[in-house]
Amino acid sequence: MLKQRSFLIETLTALGLILAPFVLPHLGFAPNTVNRILVWGLFGLGFDILFGFTGLLSFGQSAFYGTGGFVAAYLLTRAGFPNVMLALLIGMIAAAVVGYLVGLIALRRTGIYFAMITVAIAEVFFFVEFNPLSGWTGGENGLPGVPTPSFNLGFTTVHFTTGWSLYQFLALCYFVGVVIALRIVRSPVGAILSAIRDNPLRATAVGHNIHGYKLAAFVIAAAYAGFAGGLLGVLQAFMPPDAFTFDTSGQLVMQTAIGGRGTLFGPLVGAAVWLFLQDFLQAAVGLGAAWKLVLGIVFVLLVCFLRRGIVGGLEDLYRKIVGKRSKPSEVSPPAVASSVGAANQPKAAQASTAAPISARARESATRIGPILQATGLTKRYGGLLANSDIDFTVLHGELRGIIGPNGAGKSTFFKMLTCEVPPTSGTIVFEGRDITGTSVTNVCQLGLTKSYQVNQLFTGLTVRENIVIAALAKLRGKFRLDLFRSLDSIPGLNAQVARTLELVNLAARPDTPVSELAYGEKRRLEIGLALATSPSLLLLDEPLAGMSPQERVETVKLLKSISRDRTMIIIDHDMDALFELAERVTVLQEGRVLIEGTPDEIKKSTAVQEAYLGGVQGVLDA
Amino acid sequence: MFNWPNFVSQVFNGLALGALLALISSGLTIIYGTLGVLNLAHGAMFMLGGYAGYAAFQYTGSFIIAVIAGSLFVMVVGVLMERIIIRHFYQRPHEDQLLVTFGIGICFVELVRLVFSSDSKLVPPPPLFQGITSLGFLFYPTYRLAVVGIVAIALGVLFVVLYRTRLGMIVRAGIEDSVMVDSLGINVYRVFMIVFGIGAMAAGFAGIINAPVVSLTPGVGDDILVETFVVVVIGGVGSFPGAILGGLIAGEIISITSIFDPGYAYVMLFAAMTLVLVVRPHGLLGVQGRE
Repeated sequence: MLKQRSFLIETLTALGLILAPFVLPHLGFAPNTVNRILVWGLFGLGFDILFGFTGLLSFGQSAFYGTGGFVAAYLLTRAGFPNVMLALLIGMIAAAVVGYLVGLIALRRTGIYFAMITVAIAEVFFFVEFNPLSGWTGGENGLPGVPTPSFNLGFTTVHFTTGWSLYQFLALCYFVGVVIALRIVRSPVGAILSAIRDNPLRATAVGHNIHGYKLAAFVIAAAYAGFAGGLLGVLQAFMPPDAFTFDTSGQLVMQTAIGGRGTLFGPLVGAAVWLFLQDFLQAAVGLGAAWKLVLGIVFVLLVCFLRRGIVGGLEDLYRKIVGKRSKPSEVSPPAVASSVGAANQPKAAQASTAAPISARARESATRIGPILQATGLTKRYGGLLANSDIDFTVLHGELRGIIGPNGAGKSTFFKMLTCEVPPTSGTIVFEGRDITGTSVTNVCQLGLTKSYQVNQLFTGLTVRENIVIAALAKLRGKFRLDLFRSLDSIPGLNAQVARTLELVNLAARPDTPVSELAYGEKRRLEIGLALATSPSLLLLDEPLAGMSPQERVETVKLLKSISRDRTMIIIDHDMDALFELAERVTVLQEGRVLIEGTPDEIKKSTAVQEAYLGGVQGVLDA
Repeated sequence: MFNWPNFVSQVFNGLALGALLALISSGLTIIYGTLGVLNLAHGAMFMLGGYAGYAAFQYTGSFIIAVIAGSLFVMVVGVLMERIIIRHFYQRPHEDQLLVTFGIGICFVELVRLVFSSDSKLVPPPPLFQGITSLGFLFYPTYRLAVVGIVAIALGVLFVVLYRTRLGMIVRAGIEDSVMVDSLGINVYRVFMIVFGIGAMAAGFAGIINAPVVSLTPGVGDDILVETFVVVVIGGVGSFPGAILGGLIAGEIISITSIFDPGYAYVMLFAAMTLVLVVRPHGLLGVQGRE
C-alpha cells in the first residue's frame, strides 16, 4: 500500500509532468518519445493494479488495448464521430465490457493457468482483428487518419496537434489516470486487492468475495488499456494493427517489471527506460537490431536481482537511508510502548468487556439455545473415513473444547463447520440457518470464522493492515465497489481495528511488517484476524501450538478475555489449558465422538484414558 | 471449398500438427509438473532446435545429424538454463518464474535473429521422405506422413522413460510431492535438472522435425507457445496423456477449421478451451488440486 500523505504524490506527479517538457529535451528525449512513454505509462497504471497490487499476471492486455484503440479509431475515422474525447471514452467502455467477459473465463483459474489463458485469448483477438473483422479494422493496414483532439471553450478553441502540444493533452490524461489509480489503491477495494495477492485463501476466509474483486481489478486494467489504446491512435494519427500483437502484451509486462510492480509509476519508468534504450542503443551505440537482445538481458538480470524494479529498488534504498538515520529514535518508542502495553493489558481486557466488539456479539450473548448444531456429519476421502456421523451441539455463550489423539479428525471437523470442505453427508445449522454446502465467505459473513492451525496471514502487509482487511469484511459485506472511498471514511473501522489490536496485545506494533513479527506475535495476529470479523462463533484450531510456556499463559489469558463476548470452540492438545478454559469438552477419536462432558467428567472417564493411553499401547504392541 | 480429398488431407495435416503439439506440450507439461515452473521460453526452445538443426545441416548435409544436433543442443541449453537461472526461482512466486522465463525466451529469439537474421530458412526433408505419396484418392507429402510416425516414436520413447524406468518413477513421484521425494534421500535437484533437459529436448526435437514443414524464422516459436498453452489447458497441466490428447484435439481443430476459413482457426481453438474450462476446469485428464 502506498503512503497516505495527503496529495503529496499527486502534487509531485503534476509538478513532474509540468517540468518534463523543460527538462527531458536536454536528456535527449524527443517529444514524440515522451508522448509514447505517457501512453505506455497510462496503459501500465491499470496493469499495475492487476499485476502489482492484485498479483494477477496477465499476458493478454493487448486485447483490451487494441479493442479500445480500434473502437475509438473506427468512430473517429469511418463513422465520422467529431468528438475525440467522447470516442476515447466509448473505446474505454468497450474495452471494459470485453474485459469483463474475458475475465469471467480467465479468472476461473489462477496462477499459471491464468497467464496461459490470457495469452490464448489475446491471440484470438489478434486473429479476429486481422480476418473476420478486417472490414472494420482495416486488417493489416490499420485505420489511418485519426484526428487529434480540440476543445471549444466558448471564447477560444484549444487544439492539440503534435509534439509538445499533444503532450499537454496526454499529460492531462495521465494525471487524471494517476489520481484515479491512487484513489483506487487507497480505497478499501485496493486494500483487499493486496490481501488477495498475499493470501487469497485467507482473504476468502475472512469474508471477502475475492472472485468479484479480481474481476473488478481485471475490468479496471482493461479500461485503462482501452483508453491508452485510443490515445495511441490519436498520437500516431493512425491505429496500427500491431497494438493487438502478443509483443504489445509482452512489452507491457517487461516495462512494468523493469520499472517496478506495485508502484503505479513503475510502468512509466519502465517505458522511459525501454524507449530511451531503444533510441540510444539503436542509433547512438549503433547496435541496430541487437538492442532488443540487450534489453532482454537487462530484463532478466533485473528480475533476478532487483525484484521490485527500479522504482521499488529506489524506494527500498530510500527507506534504508531514512531508516538508518532515524533508527536510534525509532528503537526506543516500541520498547517503551511494549512495556506500557504489557501494563495496559488487564485494562485493555476490561475495556473490551465494557464495550463489546460489535452489535452482533452483544446480540448473541443475550440469546439462548443452540448456536451451532451439526447432525450426522460425515467426511470420506476415498476409502478413508475422516469423520463419521458426528452429532455436535454448542449453546450460545459456551466455550467448548475439543480434544483427541492425532488423526482423530479434529481439523477436518472444523473445516466442515466453516464450510471450507463440504461434508459427504450430514447437516450444519448455524443460528437457525442451514449452512451446509455454502461457502466459507458466506459463513464468515454470518458470523462464524476460524483461526488457522498454521498461520494464514497477509505476509506482505503490516499488522494494522492485516486487521483492517478482516475488519473491512465485517463492515462492508463480502463485495462492494467503493473504489473512490478513503479507508479513513469508513465508520467504525479505526475503532474496530484499534479494539482488535488491543485485544490481541499488538497495539504497540501496528506498523510492523508481518514478516518481522515473532512467532508468538504472529499467532496472536492470526487470532486477531478472526476476531476482527466480529464472529459470534469463533473456532480456534490449536491456538497454543508451538508456543513457549510463557506465551501459553498469556494466550490462555487472551482467550479467556475474548470468550466473554462470544461463543468459542477450541481444539488443542494442551489439556491443562483446555480444561482450565472450557466449560464442556468433546473428545474425538477415529472420526467419532467418544464422549462429551465437563472437564472433570472427561478427566475421570476411563474411555478417554484408554483412547489416549490404550491407543499408545496398541501402537507399541503392533 | 469443401470436398472429401481436401478434408482428408486436412485431417492428416491436423494429425501431423497435433502430434508435434503433443510432443512440445508434453515437454512443457512434465517440466511444469515436476518443477512447478511454467517455462515461457519453451517456444524459443522449439525455435532453437530448428536453428541448431539448420546449422548442423548446413555443415554436414545430413538430416539425421541435424536432428541429433538440434535435440542435443537444446537439451544442453535447457540444462544450463536450469543450473544457472531457473534453480534460483523455485522458491520465488510463480509470477517471477513467468517473468524470467519470458525474458530468457526473448533473449534466445533476439540472439538467433542476430546470428541468422530474420530471413526465413528452410531445411529440406531427408531424401527417404521426399516427394508425395499416393493414398489412392489423394496425393499427400510423404514427409508429413513421416512426421506422424517419427513423433509417435518419440512420444513412445518419452512414455517408456517416464513410465518404465526408475528415473521416470522418481519424476512421477516428484510431480505428486517433490518434498517427500527429497526426504526419501533422492537428490531432487539433480532430477529437476534432468527433467528440464528432457523437456527442452522434446521441444528442440520437435523444432527440427518441423523445420522441413514450415520454414524457420526467429518468431516461429511464439505461435507454437500459444498453441501449447491451449493444449495444456485442454489436456490438464502436468498430465502426459493429457498433453497427447490435447495436442491431437488442437491440431485437428486448427486444420479442420482451416478448410472453411483459416481466420477462425484460433477462434475455434479458443472456444474449445473455454468449453473445457467450463465443463472440466482442471483439463480433460488433469488432476484436481495442482495449480
